[in-house]
Parts: sequence; structure tokens; C-alpha cells
Amino acid sequence: MQRRFVSIWFRQLLADWQLIRRPELKDVPFVFAAPDHGRMMITAVCPIASDFGVEVGMRAADAKAICPGLEVLDDKQGRPKTLLKGLGEWCVRYSPIVAIDEFGMDGLLLDVSGCTHLWGGERGYLKEIVSRLKSKGYTVRLAIADTPGAAWAVSHYGKVTPLIPTGEQVDALLDLVPDALRLEETVLAKLRKLGFYQIKSFIGMPRSVLRRRFGEDFLLRLAQAIGTENEVLVPLQVPIPFSERLACLEPIKTRNGIEIAINKLLEKLCMRMQAEGKGLRTGVLTCYRIDGKVVRVDIGTSGATHSISHLFKLFQLKIDQIRPALGIELFVLDAPKVDDVEVPQEEMWTSTPGLDDKSVIRLLDRVAGKVGFQVIHRYLPATKYWPERSAQRAVSVTEKSVTTWRVNKPRPTELLKIPVPIEVMAIIPDHPPKFFIYKGVRHMVAKADGPERIEREWWLDQGEHRDYYQVEDEQGGRYWLFRSGHYGSDNKYKWFIHGFFA
Amino acid sequence: MDAKRELFQKLQQDILLWQGFNPVSAGKAERIGLGEIENSFPGSVFPKKAIHEFITVLPEHSAASDGFIAGLLAVLMENGAACVWASTSRRLFPASLSLFNVEPERIIFMDVETEKDVLWITEEALKCEGLAAVVAEVNNLSLIESRRLQLAVESSGVTGFILRKDENKTTSTVATARWRISPLPSHTEDGMPGLGFPRWQVELLKVRNGNPGSFVLEWAGEKFEEVKKAKKQIVWSEMEGRQIG
Repeated sequence: MQRRFVSIWFRQLLADWQLIRRPELKDVPFVFAAPDHGRMMITAVCPIASDFGVEVGMRAADAKAICPGLEVLDDKQGRPKTLLKGLGEWCVRYSPIVAIDEFGMDGLLLDVSGCTHLWGGERGYLKEIVSRLKSKGYTVRLAIADTPGAAWAVSHYGKVTPLIPTGEQVDALLDLVPDALRLEETVLAKLRKLGFYQIKSFIGMPRSVLRRRFGEDFLLRLAQAIGTENEVLVPLQVPIPFSERLACLEPIKTRNGIEIAINKLLEKLCMRMQAEGKGLRTGVLTCYRIDGKVVRVDIGTSGATHSISHLFKLFQLKIDQIRPALGIELFVLDAPKVDDVEVPQEEMWTSTPGLDDKSVIRLLDRVAGKVGFQVIHRYLPATKYWPERSAQRAVSVTEKSVTTWRVNKPRPTELLKIPVPIEVMAIIPDHPPKFFIYKGVRHMVAKADGPERIEREWWLDQGEHRDYYQVEDEQGGRYWLFRSGHYGSDNKYKWFIHGFFA
Repeated sequence: MDAKRELFQKLQQDILLWQGFNPVSAGKAERIGLGEIENSFPGSVFPKKAIHEFITVLPEHSAASDGFIAGLLAVLMENGAACVWASTSRRLFPASLSLFNVEPERIIFMDVETEKDVLWITEEALKCEGLAAVVAEVNNLSLIESRRLQLAVESSGVTGFILRKDENKTTSTVATARWRISPLPSHTEDGMPGLGFPRWQVELLKVRNGNPGSFVLEWAGEKFEEVKKAKKQIVWSEMEGRQIG
């Protein structure tokens, strides 16, 4: 595809920005000035002040003398770059690759290859950008050409047409001044001194001659403008390979509208991913609102998938977080993380259910999306006797256990997280208690089993061992009690209830 | 007369079908291992496509219900399917489930903060056909909530168990069966020390289109066994591989 580039030149970037913020300055001449070697040097001029002859690079004191009532505002280092970054991010709607013009620091360069037809051709495209930026308050000059260099040149110095047809950038450059080639001031001075006022006067010269007089950089800039050398734009936002956008004619405000938008985006994205055998792991939906704010929601899946219905359900849980305010004009769906989809062999009969069943994985995704991944627990046997540590959390849903669950010792179906102290009466040391009082209720022990001694893991923590007893009271309630430490040892032993048997 | 009876039977079958009961196909009567209790259900089949409600007020009761449900899960999860256990304050000890022939690693626990999340998860999980069963521990369940769960169950065929903690608020629910499991003193051979098999009073308080009843049931190490009268029973302490503290 023939590559096409647009250069947007903000003629008075700072002045326009200030006028948008403070419309009362409309009829007042003002300049921006920054201290330089103890003087205030002018860095930006508003149109009224420039009519008086105030220029960038003058001293503020001189300018005040020329232009009565001149307002001098403080400039800040790096302000144009921040402004251009914001404008560039807004311009992502026109093309995914938007770069700041690093040379002049007052414009944007867009790689618009294959984008213009969406706005009805290049003329309509440029018109749309100009009118949108103008309605915001920025005066801009645009040009479209095969190379960023030519687009830049025509936008800054072109006088005939901003539309340079494919392959005609050399003709368009011929009548322009050498400044249009983005050259350094020393080279420009040399060119002017030699009488080269137009590009056509030196473009036909042998390269070796030009290199000797003006240096390698000059040749590079010339070649970039003509198109014999490739120029790489550094995009503000690195485009994500799996990304879909949906611009809306009317701002979307309703839940229904958002759902339709998500569905349409997912259809397109999933079709592409399916064709390439990829599946989504994380997805980000970015909604650009008409008041300039950006709302983002993201989803994650535990396995790569390109199922529209599943991904839609995950987004559906997040729609509540999208505040459309006055309306959303652009939806962008990105898949920053994709993985290869494992396509299982189709099974002739019903598949065997299990933890890795597709519907179970989807359920876990939905729960993780709505409540959080931390609520999902699964336990595997651990090689420990200490009850609290006898089950360990599984890391993933597919993790297999390396050991088996012990079944030779009875364990209560309900285990208290923290053992609760109880009062007991035991007649003989090391015998199960005769009765115990738990929560103010006296339980007479009718049957008992035990003790089962479980030693504390001294390499993990300090403390007494536990002697566990299974007891059954007269009503049939079955409990798991333990005595901490030896009977009759110096430190006072204590009884606890730790669980309930079925 | 015969024609009339046939018509009645057909209508009854239709009603059962609409209420989520699957008709028993000949020779494919699936037993859940509850023995006599299964006869209380319409068609003498334990309804799998249904919501079962358990009243558990005391911790002893909820422990007994956990054991009873675990015994049912052993059959329901036989084909390798997973189970979801949603709760706000879970006390179930995973290691104990293996005593009821359930693989604890096939149970996915979801420990959330609010009751609302429990119900949401329960409904979502009941719609998930890859699961065998869903257990939810809630304080209370309203009629509307229970109806939502029942509708979810009817489309997917997942068995739902609701452990209800609050008995005082006796709201009516559309649960197919309401149970109360309370522990009973276990039985050992005369003169033998220690505890016997866990024994419960299984009260079937409500069965839709069935006959409520009360039974005494025991988990005999491998399966449920109904206790009718004194007969020879295996004791815990006689089980193979069992260590005595």
C-alpha cells in the first residue's frame, strides 16, 4: 500500500492554548517569555502582538516598547511537548500512528496509510481535522504527502495545495524555500549565502558535492522529503496488533448502546484472533467521551479464548463502571495480551467434565472479573499433620496434587479457624474430659476417642504440642477437642475446641 | 376407568417434568445411595435438577449437613466433575471430605465478603453445565432469590444445595426439598470404647410432590446405611488402616 503522511502544524500553539483557557485575552496583545541569561526572551507571540512586529527571540523589554499594553506571560520549559502529547492522543482517532514533530516542536506527524477513505477521501479527511481543531480554537495548517518530510514542508511553506498526490512530492518541493527541509540554522545560512533560495536550485546537484558542502544530515533530510530514505515515526501510543475501534455517529449514552458497541467490537476482534489462532488473555475497552475524558475498563481470562459470548459476559460485568456522562463517541477495544489458543480435539460424544471443563473456566473468569481472583480457593493435600497446614492452596486450577489426602485419621468436617478455649473437667490425666463448657452450654461427654498427639513443627513455630480427642456428647454432637501441652507440666495447660464432626 | 387413570398419570408426569423432575427411564434408574429415603421423592428418584435446602442453625447441625452433602457429592461427582462451594464464613475443612469419598481438590471454594456475592456466584455456577453441584452457605433466602436459583437449575441440571443458617425467618422458598440433619449418638458394639460411624437424624421436612419423613442414617465408611433396628455393624475402630491415637 502506498504510504501517506499528514503533517499538522499548529501555527500559534501556545497562543491558541492560552486563548482557549483565558478567552478574555482575545483583544489583548500577549507574549510568552522565559528567562535566558538574565533577560526575558520571547518564546511565543499572539497574532495581535505579531502585527505590531513582535517576534520570537526578541527581548520582552524591547517588545513592550514596540507594542503598548503588551502582556508578558511566563513560559514553562517543555509546555509545547505536553500540549502536543495531549493533542496527539486526541488525534489517535484519525490514525493509530501519531508522532510529535520533534524538529519544530509545534506540530504532529500522522501515518495515515489506509485511513483516509473512512472520512471520504483525503480532502474530506483533512477538512475534518482542520474543522475539528478549529472548533477547539487551534489554527492549523495541514498537508498530506507520500513522505513525512514533504508533508511537513508543504504544511509549513506550501502555497498551492495541501494535497500532494502520490509520487508528486518532488514537484511540490521544487518551489519551496530550503527551510522547508527541516535543516539546521547554520546550513540554512550557508544556503542563503550561496543564493539557493529555492529547493529546485540545488536538488539536481550531485550528492557528493552537496555532502561536501552541507554535510550528511542535509542529504538525509533531502532524501527523507523526496522519499528515497525512510523516516521512522515514533508513535505516541504503540499500536496494539489486536485492536478494534468503533466511532459512533451519535454519542452513546445508554447501557444498551454500550452493549451493542462492545458486541460489534468483539465480533471483529474475535474473528481476527480466530483466523490467526490467537486468544485473548487481557482486554481493555477504552471509551472516549465527548467531554474529552477517557474511561477504561479491563478484563482478564485465565485461558486464551476468542469466544464472543464469553468475552461479552466478562465485559457485561464491567459496564456499570463506565460513566458515559454526555456520551461516548469512540470505543477502542485492545487486546494487549494474547496467547495461542489450544484447540482441543472435538470429541465425538460428550466431553468428560472436570476442573478444566470450558464452562468451569468461564465461570471462574466471570467470578474473578466481578468479585476478584482472590476469592477463588482450591486446596491440595500437604504433607503435614498440623491441622491448619494439612491443606495448601492450589496456585492454578489445573495444578495436580503430588500427595494424597490422608484418610486413616478422622478429621472434622468443620474446622474453626482459630481454636476456641473451653472449660473442661477431666478425672484422670490424659483421659478425655468428662464434660466441657462451650459458649455457656455444658456438654456431657458420652463417648470419646483419643488422644491423637500432633506435634508442633518446631522448625516453623514454637509452642506446645496438641493432644486431640474426638468426643461425643449425650445429644450426639461430635466435637474435636485438644489439650495444649502436657498434663501437669509447669505451664498451665489449656483445653480448646477445634472442630465439629459430621 | 383405565383411560382415566392413564390420563391422570400422564398429567402427573407432565407436571413433574415442568417442575424439573426428570422421568425415570426404564433400566436407567440412577440411585444416589440414600436407600429408603429416595422413595419419598416423586418417581422414587432423587431429584438432581433441583434446589435442596438444609436448615442448619447450630454448628453441630451444619457439620452434620456438610457430612450428608459430602456423601451425596461423592455420587454426584463420580464422573470427575467439579463442585463450587460459595460462602461468606466457611468452616468446612477440605481434608475431611476425603473421608466421604470426595476428592477435595475438585471442589472450588469461593470465599466472598457479602451474601449478595454468594447468591450471584451460586446463580452463575448453577448455570454452568460443567459442574456437578453447587453448595451455598447463606443466612437467609427469599422467595425471589430461590426462584431464580431454581430457574438456573432447570436449564443446566446442576444440583444445588443451600445451607440456610436462619431458621426463624421461615420464608417460603421454591426449593424442591427441605432437609434438617441433626447428629445422633453413634452406636458401637457393646462394651467397645470410642465413637461409631457418624449417625444422623435425617428429616425431610418438605418434598414437592413427595412424602416428607424422618429417617436415621449412618455414613458407614463407604456409603449411607439406613439404621432400622439393631444389627451387626462395623465400628470405626475396626476399620482397616485406622490408627488409634
